[in-house]
Amino acid sequence: MKTKTNSFHQGIKAGLPIALGYFPIAVAFGVLAKNTGLSTVAAVLMSSMVFAGASQFVALNLLAIGTSYWQIIITTFILNLRHFLMSASLAQRLKPGKLAPLLAFGITDETFSVLSFQPAADNNPPFVLGVNTVAYLGWISGTFCGSLMGQELPALLRTSMGIALYAMFIGLLVPKIKASKAALCLTVLAIAVSSLLYWGPSPLSTLANGWKLMITTILVCTIGTLLFPEEVTEDE
Amino acid sequence: MNKQVLLLIFGMALVTYLPRLLPLVFGLSRALPSWLKRFLSFVPYALLSALIFPEILYSTGSVASAVAGGLVALVLAFYRVNLFLVVIGGIAGVIFIQLLGG
Repeated sequence: MKTKTNSFHQGIKAGLPIALGYFPIAVAFGVLAKNTGLSTVAAVLMSSMVFAGASQFVALNLLAIGTSYWQIIITTFILNLRHFLMSASLAQRLKPGKLAPLLAFGITDETFSVLSFQPAADNNPPFVLGVNTVAYLGWISGTFCGSLMGQELPALLRTSMGIALYAMFIGLLVPKIKASKAALCLTVLAIAVSSLLYWGPSPLSTLANGWKLMITTILVCTIGTLLFPEEVTEDE
Repeated sequence: MNKQVLLLIFGMALVTYLPRLLPLVFGLSRALPSWLKRFLSFVPYALLSALIFPEILYSTGSVASAVAGGLVALVLAFYRVNLFLVVIGGIAGVIFIQLLGG
């Protein structure tokens, strides 16, 4: 029991950068939700039940231009379908047992990234729960504050904290790239594909963001599977 | 809150939750063919890279400050500094450039 509590605490510590990155984004979401006409209860309910940032922002945009609800739901599904890949990837390292429904709920780009590069997450449901919980709290509390205040954080704070999640991703990825040529190849390849989808000709660049991420991931992992005979291991 | 909005939120919650839930709960055991295991082990690298670039360039008030913050994070990450400090360093880099007017 004691080790379980420790793992949970470790998870909370490991997830703190996520909460820090989520908070200002969630504040922005809360503000926008209020301006779109959603009550604070509705905004917080959406954040606590959906817990998927990009799709929540898109939903607000669609609401504002009067899109039908079922179209919003389909768009949400498409944007969030990539969680399927993350869940499948996590399933290789985690036997969550009865906690599975709870742990699955907390899968986001950010929690998945932290968990993937933390050896401590291997077969350690309490650790995963800790990471997810602190991220979740950052998201909900930011939504609540944003909706209540109805105004953004000060500009300098808001724009500078916009880099937080990206800095975290860099912090997770770079040590792996240093240690493994396969990881470096996958990264270079993914950046090339993602840039092509972003700046490339119009049928590509107009795709929804969720599609871009999924196409990049599937394409790069397929090429990786053909190129590399083994899973990513550290060369040192 | 009207019933319509409640239904919208429930609908969004459901279609978001199912793809998260199904692989973890059912089926995808460790007894997968090795190529599929490799495929899944590569997912974090591909996804993380695609998440970072090029979106990072537009994550702050200006491309210049985003590049500065990104570079600070890159250097700190290269020396395997604690993750939280990488994030703080990135934010500090952005603030520095923005205070300079960039």
